[in-house]
Amino acid sequence: MASAAKQIDPVSLYSHAMDEAVAEVFSLMMGIACASVDDCPVDEPETISAVIGLAGAMSGTCVLRGGERAAVRIASALTGMEMLSLDETVKDAVGEICNMIAGAWKGKLPTLASSCMLSTPTVVTGTNYQLHTQRPELRIDRYYRFDAITFSVTLVCESMQ
Amino acid sequence: MGEISALIVDDSSVMRKIVERALRQAGLAIASVFEAASGVEGLDILSSQRVDLILSDINMPNMDGLEFLRQLRSQNLAPGVPVVMITTEGSEDHVREAIIAGAQGYIRKPFTTEQVKERVLPLIGA
Repeated sequence: MASAAKQIDPVSLYSHAMDEAVAEVFSLMMGIACASVDDCPVDEPETISAVIGLAGAMSGTCVLRGGERAAVRIASALTGMEMLSLDETVKDAVGEICNMIAGAWKGKLPTLASSCMLSTPTVVTGTNYQLHTQRPELRIDRYYRFDAITFSVTLVCESMQ
Repeated sequence: MGEISALIVDDSSVMRKIVERALRQAGLAIASVFEAASGVEGLDILSSQRVDLILSDINMPNMDGLEFLRQLRSQNLAPGVPVVMITTEGSEDHVREAIIAGAQGYIRKPFTTEQVKERVLPLIGA
């Protein structure tokens, strides 16, 4: 008797891969444990968003967004230097972490590993802003906590080939 | 092997520092490090400086790491100097493309000091 192939829910698949990618990047590059959480209260006036564009088999973006505390802590852990504010080094570090997360994420998905390309990071800082994408096919928001600091990673899929 | 000089090509200044730190943590004695923010800058440095090791990102503006590698080989700059690609693009296809372009090694970001040690030290006889 033939059995029907089990349909894998892409949201679940991509979310799981993202959780693994974030944990791996934080552990290997910063020696920090980082786990997914249910929500992401960022009560800081200034936020930072690092954006990596995806092209090829999947078109879209991977966005890491957090407050100044998250950005400064990530940059300090990554560089081994004490960072104090959202300066150019901190922005560079957050962009690189987002780049590594996006790379590690797609590397866990055989359909995307070789056929989805990443852009160089774009970093936005400011207050009360939104990143707008028109009618995405799929959007996944994941929240993470390390050292009692939270941040989010959003995957926006505009189209799949 | 004694002290070496290295060229690190990456558009992120933070990553250049992290790669340098990883090389030192891997046990390499480094006399000097040249930094380039693109393949173009890397070629420019190599036209006037001698290095023992080159580490390059792939995904960079202006000239990416693979084109840098091809230009490096076609212009016969740094002949015999090992090149290791360090990048988020870690699929088999990307590794193959880098090896065909002339890379001797490949490290996927995120990486550990142990991986740097395993993949870089044998290339420079350390």
